[in-house]
Amino acid sequence: MKFIYDPIKIRDVLGNKIQFLLGDMACVYGGLLAGVSFFGGYPITPASEVSEGMARLLPRVGGTYIQMEDEIGSIAAIIGASWGGAKSMTATSGPGFSLMMENYGYAIMTETPCVIVNVQRTGPSTGQPTLGAQGDMMQARYGTHGDLEAIALAPSTVQECLDFTIEGFNLSEKYRNPVCIMTDGEVGHLRERIVIPDEKDLNLINRVQATIPKNKFIPFTDSQTRKNCKVPDFPTFGTGYRTYVTGLTHNEKGFPATDKQKDHEKLVNRITTKITDDADNLVMVEKLKLDDADIAFVTYGASARPAETAMDIARSHGKKVGLLRLQIVWPFPEKIVSKLAKQVDKIIVPEMNLGQIYHPIKEAACGNCEVELAPKIGGEMHLPSELLKYLGVK
Amino acid sequence: MKKEIRICGFGGQGVILSGFIIGKAASVFMDYYAVQSQSYGPEARGGAARSEVIISDEKIGYPRPTGVDLFVAMSQESFDTYRNDLNKDTKIVVDPDLVPKNDIGRSLYKIHAQKIAEALGNKIVTNIVMVGASTAIFGLLDEEAVKKSVLDSVPKRFLELNEKAYIKGLEAGKNALKKL
Amino acid sequence: MVEIKTADQLNKKYLREGMWPTIFCNGCGHGTVLEYTLWAIEELGWDMDKTVFTSGIGCSSRLPGYINADGLHTTHGRAIAFATGIKAANPDLNIIVFTGDGDCAGIGGNHFIHAARRNIDMTVIMINNFIYGMTGGQLAPTAPLNSIATTAPYGNIEPPFDICNLAKALGANYVARWTVNHPYQPIKSVKDALAKKGFSLVEFLAPCPTAYGRRNRLGDIKKHWEWYDNNTILIEDYERIINYGSEKEKEEVKNMFPIGVFQDLEKPGFFEQYEKLVDRLMIKKNKKPVKKETVISR
Repeated sequence: MKFIYDPIKIRDVLGNKIQFLLGDMACVYGGLLAGVSFFGGYPITPASEVSEGMARLLPRVGGTYIQMEDEIGSIAAIIGASWGGAKSMTATSGPGFSLMMENYGYAIMTETPCVIVNVQRTGPSTGQPTLGAQGDMMQARYGTHGDLEAIALAPSTVQECLDFTIEGFNLSEKYRNPVCIMTDGEVGHLRERIVIPDEKDLNLINRVQATIPKNKFIPFTDSQTRKNCKVPDFPTFGTGYRTYVTGLTHNEKGFPATDKQKDHEKLVNRITTKITDDADNLVMVEKLKLDDADIAFVTYGASARPAETAMDIARSHGKKVGLLRLQIVWPFPEKIVSKLAKQVDKIIVPEMNLGQIYHPIKEAACGNCEVELAPKIGGEMHLPSELLKYLGVK
Repeated sequence: MKKEIRICGFGGQGVILSGFIIGKAASVFMDYYAVQSQSYGPEARGGAARSEVIISDEKIGYPRPTGVDLFVAMSQESFDTYRNDLNKDTKIVVDPDLVPKNDIGRSLYKIHAQKIAEALGNKIVTNIVMVGASTAIFGLLDEEAVKKSVLDSVPKRFLELNEKAYIKGLEAGKNALKKL
Repeated sequence: MVEIKTADQLNKKYLREGMWPTIFCNGCGHGTVLEYTLWAIEELGWDMDKTVFTSGIGCSSRLPGYINADGLHTTHGRAIAFATGIKAANPDLNIIVFTGDGDCAGIGGNHFIHAARRNIDMTVIMINNFIYGMTGGQLAPTAPLNSIATTAPYGNIEPPFDICNLAKALGANYVARWTVNHPYQPIKSVKDALAKKGFSLVEFLAPCPTAYGRRNRLGDIKKHWEWYDNNTILIEDYERIINYGSEKEKEEVKNMFPIGVFQDLEKPGFFEQYEKLVDRLMIKKNKKPVKKETVISR
């Protein structure tokens, strides 16, 4: 049984165009709209609703859902499925994300498109299973060993859970890199109104399939078919390219070159610069009332919501406060933050952790303005009143 | 305008569904913004459960309630547990059969939701009776919009029962308004 | 098409050019298992464009690199989980997993258990050399009692893992164990395993003279093969003795490795079941419009 992407059937299964939907479920909708045909997952609070939603809906559009034996198996299966030609996805939370780290690196090294939804909860360890946090932001970037570039999006609303999952697939297919959707237990368990986008507005990106003659094809090189493109065409298994794929350092043909310094340097430089070279096209931010601001919140995901409320209250007190919301967190939008630091006197970074994205923000600010962390841990988001204190508003 | 609603009871009463129906009525069948959140954890498996809805005519930033404008309780435990942050203007709706110790020195709306549901043949729709009553008492949402939301949210084979429960709830709510 | 008669012809047809010499030591059993597998594929006439080899980490896991076909060389122990995904994405592909005893029975045990339980359509070829060979001879979960490894310098005190009986208990459709010094039975077994729907396992006892043999007085490959002859017994004989034999006979075979076909069933594979599930949902869906008219409109 081969999956066929059928937008009419998918919309039929999803139901009404406007719904009042759970954040986790919106990730399911986003995945289905993007054309996911394989989901491998393992239950974990607060991400289980993603698995449950996929178990219910994916077979109805002809896709395959398997509850794997653990999170290591889940990410392994989605990587395998990707090589089999599927758009594939898994969902988890902190403990499972930790288990996935080795194969996350494998997906990066083998340039495998796939999407990992991380509905973050508090940690370390089992932490507070039912409560939200943003403690895995650095893990998405640095959690697996070696040199790499990560792509991670952070939704703040239920609609964004849907939209960013679609966008995550697009970026993953475009750059042939795994993409993390870094949501959290707060946003994942909210219900809000969502609008299912029309097919014509989706602009789905699919990986470029290898089509050149098989004897000429070089699977792990740049610019073979597309000029100045460091992302190679994808030789889906079963299409006759007979590609060897390994997580070991490999040469352009894909074969192990474990003792060759030059091959390693060339490979890792390519798979990192394919993203950093294109960083300007990988910026997604929301700028709120920044034009005249002299204090700015810079934040992402759930934390942006109390920050926005605090900003509005502070404005009503005559404070010139703005908000820069990072929708794509990795790659980090360094230029934008750096420019903002030259405009404002102070940047405040609310995070549901003890300081993670605060560090690249401080680095980008480069001493041009004060950067203050506003941490909150324990499974609750900041109260707007708590953030107002950082603005000197009582 | 921003209104915050808390519905509580014991796990299995359909507390979450009630909040879901109200949020959906406001944001899908009317033009408000709405956010629904819920307590999640041991409470969802028996014990006290609560569901909270914020309804606003502006985009909702902070998604958790900071006050309570409408408090609906369907069990004594939840009434006792989730009452500490009510203000003097909070409208309180209880089922006096489920919350017998409701004399807290202020007026509240009493809806015999479970008895009404039982009279309709199934106490499982107690929550829908409460949704109807609260809609009438709170007066924020359009009755028809909430009705659409009820019918859109319950199992297809129980449409008729739920519709009756909602209408009976509305009536009971209107009567309670007259009494108070 | 040229009829393949010799190993050279077989290699020319199925192996990648320019990959020699292999990483394998003299006397190693991995190449032999590869040959047996290729003979089985040749006899089945499989299309190598539609056959995917998956592996984890270890000497056995390097085998796909030599085969001219799609290959996914994955992380330690996880090959079976990766293979599950490949098959799910494209059930038309034939999936073969090459794995070792450490990779499969050690770090990857849980994936093995669940793929066998689910009856996922794939053939796992586990090459059991009682040792972690690639990393220099550390203790494997399959190592016989008292055997020496760098991490069991005073002799192994742990009972070894019997992966075939595990797979059998899990209800895998096909389970067999052979040693590399029997050419004909294993080729037939691999062929039967490949042709089988659902989960199939063929375990090979294969020598590692470098890491295991040297430390266990079996460094001479001839001795190693003799050890297999003296320490294996056909499963039919083994079961007869265990059921009806004298205490003395039972004692003699107690620590021997039964070889042969452990299980041969025809249960539907996972993807056959999954397809039925999808069909059921589609039929239900197609019936819906008729039903709709009876529902009161709102």
